[in-house]
Amino acid sequence: FQDQAEQFFRSGHTNNWAVLVCTSRFWFNYRHVANTLSVYRSVKRLGIPDSHIVLMLADDMACNPRNPKPATVFSHKNMELNVYGDDVEVDYRSYEVTVENFLRVLTGRIPPSTPRSKRLLSDDRSNILIYMTGHGGNGFLKFQDSEEITNVELADAFEQMWQKRRYNELLFIIDTCQGASMYERFYSPNIMALASSQVGEDSLSHQPDLGIGVHLMDRYTFYVLEFLEEIHPASQTNMNDLFQVCPKSLCVSTPGHRTDLFQRDPQDVLITDFFGSVRKVEITSETVSLESNLAGFESK
Amino acid sequence: ALVQFQLTVPVAVVFAPGSVPGDLPRPLPFRDVQEMEIPLNLRTSVMSRYEIIYRSTTAQEDVALRAATAQEADAALHPLQDALLGSLTTYVVPETSSLLPQGINIYVGKHRSALVRAGGGLATLHTCLQQLTQVMSFTSSSIAAALSDRVPDGQLGSDARRHLKSSLGYEITFSLLNPDPKSHTVDWDIEDAVNRYVQPVLDKLSLVANFSVDSQILYYAVLGVTPRFDKESSSFLLSTHSLPHVINPVEARLGSSAASLYPVLNFLLYVPERSHTPLYIQDKDGAPVSTNAFHSPRWGGIMVYNVETPASPQSSLPLHVDVDMVRVMEVFLAQLRLLFGLSREELPAEFLMESPGNEVLADWELDRLLWAHTIENIATVSTTLTSLAQLLDKIGNIVIKDNVASEVYRAVASAQSAMAKLAAGHLHSAFQASKEAVTSSERAFFDPSLLHLLYFPDDQKFAIYIPLFLPVAVPILLSLAKIVRETRQRKKEPIKMD
Repeated sequence: FQDQAEQFFRSGHTNNWAVLVCTSRFWFNYRHVANTLSVYRSVKRLGIPDSHIVLMLADDMACNPRNPKPATVFSHKNMELNVYGDDVEVDYRSYEVTVENFLRVLTGRIPPSTPRSKRLLSDDRSNILIYMTGHGGNGFLKFQDSEEITNVELADAFEQMWQKRRYNELLFIIDTCQGASMYERFYSPNIMALASSQVGEDSLSHQPDLGIGVHLMDRYTFYVLEFLEEIHPASQTNMNDLFQVCPKSLCVSTPGHRTDLFQRDPQDVLITDFFGSVRKVEITSETVSLESNLAGFESK
Repeated sequence: ALVQFQLTVPVAVVFAPGSVPGDLPRPLPFRDVQEMEIPLNLRTSVMSRYEIIYRSTTAQEDVALRAATAQEADAALHPLQDALLGSLTTYVVPETSSLLPQGINIYVGKHRSALVRAGGGLATLHTCLQQLTQVMSFTSSSIAAALSDRVPDGQLGSDARRHLKSSLGYEITFSLLNPDPKSHTVDWDIEDAVNRYVQPVLDKLSLVANFSVDSQILYYAVLGVTPRFDKESSSFLLSTHSLPHVINPVEARLGSSAASLYPVLNFLLYVPERSHTPLYIQDKDGAPVSTNAFHSPRWGGIMVYNVETPASPQSSLPLHVDVDMVRVMEVFLAQLRLLFGLSREELPAEFLMESPGNEVLADWELDRLLWAHTIENIATVSTTLTSLAQLLDKIGNIVIKDNVASEVYRAVASAQSAMAKLAAGHLHSAFQASKEAVTSSERAFFDPSLLHLLYFPDDQKFAIYIPLFLPVAVPILLSLAKIVRETRQRKKEPIKMD
């Protein structure tokens, strides 16, 4: 119990945010939307509320005329789990998912008319989870088939966040082809990165569903989700276990990770430090003493 | 960037007749200055400077000090002071005075003055003064906590990063959670309670920031944890390590104002279901917590309000519950103090601290907040502008609009003015200047036009233009070379023909 208390204070964060980005559109990229929505569900299940999640999706799957099961997005071929559900809150949808909007969300340089739900209002005690999926290449990530974000731009955006102390610790997960190239250029402190494949390798999708007609999930995210299903808000599993998820035999690509910029040992980092929202609490042992001033009429 | 703070605290030491120590260096009145360096790191230095005036009491102060108790004396002395924010006045009373109770040598009032029992000479007086300034203005740890961005982790105490950051405004939301409306109809007169107890405190804090208050009632909102039934006390218990998981399921339903960007403080009052009544929170040692409440740094607090089971088991459901708002507000306001970092520290036995009563905050506690926030604001401005300058260095062709430039100039001017006022001892105007500086620097830094994406670095320009112009340039250069060759040949030919 004492150890638990120690670990609590070691992480140093007071709130959690998640930025989940699916950078693809069109029906044949169904799996990218399913990836993002599955991570969204896990993160909500483990405690991060919608007000602290910025979800960017093209959102053209559930109501796509080619969807044989309208208003649903499934993540498993037996159609067990409808990840679209009833309470999905998409903050940036369709053509709003652009590189510019993504960088604006990260750096905070947003026009004043943007509502609260579309902003990342993190502070120096926030742990942020950033998950990106889509089609990528060596050093870039494709956004909606019309533009790209390079690893240099992403690294610069993180540096801008660090300068303004917009995060305490940041976990960056990317599930695209040659994903490891996206975290090569990071240089700001307190960032841990995971990718589904190394430079020169492709990330592969999991299984097709013959009823829907497309591949439903990508392998890396599928196995990460299996891993996350076993995590509950009080669990003590650490990051080293997340690094072991999806070995080459299952994933065909080699997942990579980068921890040199991170101050703490991954052994000490709990999964719930990023995926959940476990708050530090203190017992209130003081009270003030108020005199009930009976002004005019009896108050009780 | 190197930031050097000088914090000046004006202190007055007023001697009542019969309390002047024998070993004063000069006759009254005289001035003295004590300086102390607070070591932080290479980039930040803080020098605290106490400008002390030693004088004797005026006739009116004498009359006030002849009151029966210290409380009355404090109240009588309050209108006689000049009440400058950030200043301290210490009244030294004779050793034999009955103003201070037995065994108490130092009394801290709820405004900006303290009473000290004389005796022991100048050295003891100086020690008392040092202790008082630590309590009533700032300590090295409170300064280090305000500068937590610039100070490495190891130097800070464990509570350094829990306090609310300095902000221009805060939103306070009071929520009543009723998970069992079939059994309990809960009425809380929140509007009256806010007007009576909360608004006066917020009015006092309006110097620090803008506050907005709203309230809501949520039905069928359950806590995320199932409490354990304890046979011995026949009550339900929530243990300490299950408390962190209580907040999350509720948080999704709390909501916040869509338009404002200020941090939200949530205060929740939970009335347990009939099947889980009474519900108590256990502390680490297993004992029930007297307040039945807990709070989370930078978020807010939760209090559990148990409904007494009625004497007759046949009383019809739902039971009508009138919430005792005084009891509830005593806890919520205590939590508000803790969230801002104002806690009752352990004081030595000879200290007696006056309780602020319905005002909830003593004037010197407000000063402590202002010291911390002013320093934090100035440090933030320095970090922000330095980072902006670095961004401009990196991207050579970034366009700085006129409004961004004017905000930067304004931020620098306000920050310099704030530092100067801190050094002169004017805490109030220093704080206002620091607020303006932060507003301007934030506006400049977060201006939407400064997105680095919009400005191409030089290597990208080469990468775009070279593939366009190089292929076109090849035949042009070749034909230019051919023309030069031909002209040279033509120049040689006339020589041949000769």
